[in-house]
Amino acid sequence: MTIGVFIFLAALSVISAIGTVAQRNPVHCLLALVVTLLTIAVLFIGLDAVAVGFLQMIVYAGAIMVLFLFVIWLLNLQAEVRTEPGHLALKAFSGLLFAALVAELFVLLWHAPSAAGARALAPAGYGSIDNLATTLFSDYLISFEITSVLLLAAIVGAIALARRESSPQAAAARTAGAQIGGMPAEAQAAAARTQAVAAEAGASAHSEGA
Amino acid sequence: MVPMSYLVGLSAVLFTIGVAGVLLRRNTIVIFMSIEIMLNAVNLAFVALGRRLGSMDGQVIVFFVMTVAAAEAAVGLAIIISVFRNRATVNADELNLMRW
Amino acid sequence: MLIDLLIGAIKATIVVVMVLNLAGILLWVERKGSALIQDRIGANRASITGLGKRMGLPNLGLVNTLLADPLKLFTKEDFVPDGADKFLHALAPFLALFPVIITFAVVPFGDVVQIGSRTITLQAANINAAALYILATIGIGVYGVALGGWASNNRWALLGGIRASAQMISYEIGLGLAIISVVMTYGTLDLQAMCHAQGGVWFGFLPRWGICLQPVAFLMLLTAGMAESKRVPFDLPEGESELVAGYFTEYSGGKQAVFMMTDFAEIVLVAVLITVFFFGGWQVPWLYRDGFHFPGGAHLWLPQLLVAILGVVSFMIKTIVFCWLQILIRWTLPRLRYDQLMRLGWKGLVPLGLANVVVTAIVVVLVSGAH
Repeated sequence: MTIGVFIFLAALSVISAIGTVAQRNPVHCLLALVVTLLTIAVLFIGLDAVAVGFLQMIVYAGAIMVLFLFVIWLLNLQAEVRTEPGHLALKAFSGLLFAALVAELFVLLWHAPSAAGARALAPAGYGSIDNLATTLFSDYLISFEITSVLLLAAIVGAIALARRESSPQAAAARTAGAQIGGMPAEAQAAAARTQAVAAEAGASAHSEGA
Repeated sequence: MVPMSYLVGLSAVLFTIGVAGVLLRRNTIVIFMSIEIMLNAVNLAFVALGRRLGSMDGQVIVFFVMTVAAAEAAVGLAIIISVFRNRATVNADELNLMRW
Repeated sequence: MLIDLLIGAIKATIVVVMVLNLAGILLWVERKGSALIQDRIGANRASITGLGKRMGLPNLGLVNTLLADPLKLFTKEDFVPDGADKFLHALAPFLALFPVIITFAVVPFGDVVQIGSRTITLQAANINAAALYILATIGIGVYGVALGGWASNNRWALLGGIRASAQMISYEIGLGLAIISVVMTYGTLDLQAMCHAQGGVWFGFLPRWGICLQPVAFLMLLTAGMAESKRVPFDLPEGESELVAGYFTEYSGGKQAVFMMTDFAEIVLVAVLITVFFFGGWQVPWLYRDGFHFPGGAHLWLPQLLVAILGVVSFMIKTIVFCWLQILIRWTLPRLRYDQLMRLGWKGLVPLGLANVVVTAIVVVLVSGAH
């Protein structure tokens, strides 16, 4: 990977990452994140990690992000409205982090990068899927099996959490939770009734006046 | 071959952008996306340093990080859906039920 | 270095131009073919100053489909619905077309060609992990459809988009399992190597094509491929009688033309994948690099360039046969209901694919262990 290609990819990934964090509309954030993921996948391929690069495209950009997209649509999230300024402490902390990052980058780029960056030629078949599979199934076999159990647990957990309950007790629990929380159903109903009464009063005042 | 300091520097920049997203955004799903940026920055550092050492261990760890990120995204989004069903909001400021 | 770049650019251009042309011709084949299947005439009006009619030729609808309709589509008003996301509305069709076209970069459409001292393999990009690349680009293809539905600010378009993307990601798994079986059989991810491995004969006369080794994977690839391209019988997302036009309801003019082109380019893609994986790619039966070796023992010597050209022609013929097969299936089978579709994908293709992978693995280990 030549330095020109790297600079282009690095700039693209940073710009799209900033886009992810800064956009108002969640769908735009997601698209910027997909661009970031694809750019990082290309960086992987440029570093001879071909298998992981393509896996990043297939798994991350092709599946996980579609899951995010579905959830955004399921919850019908709209573009965020700019709220009143707040969270001063958080913003100050972010500013501190930014200053630290700038200092770190300065130190990194000021010291001339040594040519001993890497061996220019990777060992034969370095990032290929044969190599990855051999390593996974020999040195990391137990981790691999545990990961498969983890994925099974995640599938079961996601279904259990997101499933819509159909029993009456669950429906009662939902409304009870809504009452304790910030969405008092009864208060909303009361507000609606008050509004109806006020409208009626207004209508009667009109008819009296007219 | 690109010098390692550049790659690790890029990883640091991406990680910081992810942290800034987690701290500054209020929408829970966008916080999730910022966490994904952080994980990707870490993946990049692993791959770059694995390439430096000529070892496959970096890529294996990236494989596992990707798998765990997938599992975490699935469960996390299921939790968000569940919370949304009860509170009708994904704004992190309004999810303050257990606050003192 | 520059010569290599130029050769690569020429190959890529040839591939893209051929795919898009084939997609256009398939549009005509579909219109006239469907008319023949449904016992009607089809489009036969448009002509250039009535020339064909004056010469006494029947109007085959070529001018209609290939000239008049594209002209109409591209000069129509580009309508963006009120409240729609303008940028994404414009981007979505191209986001759908782009992954399909770049998948063709790894497809080998011929054997090597010797020009002077240079050996050029007839494949636009020689990627070692080509099968992974195909899976990656097919995965990216979901976004154009999903965002097209969402960016239209139309709840039925959104519904069509969600259905379409759910269908696509479900059948990606079946597609992936079929490709994995083929990869295990040939022991390589490189498509050109797979085509090479399908040369030669068994028992002296049967070409070593992949269909004999992996018939189940062939059926799975055909099914999953047709579901990925949202063709009938899997076209509920764009069900013309149900959701108007599903995720591309609000698209008119040039953008709709691009979506249509995506549809036909995916037909070509599925046909090309079937050809490469199961029918020898560019292999002509009994044709080797030095000419024909017939089963009886006869040998016909042919120059290397002619062999390469024969390979390309055979590849094109096989591709066209499978494009025609998909069009035939479209106009024969009724549409699957959405839950039937999802059930077929998850409860039918995935277990079948996994069983196929297990059986393939056992057979591969036994065969390679016997050597």
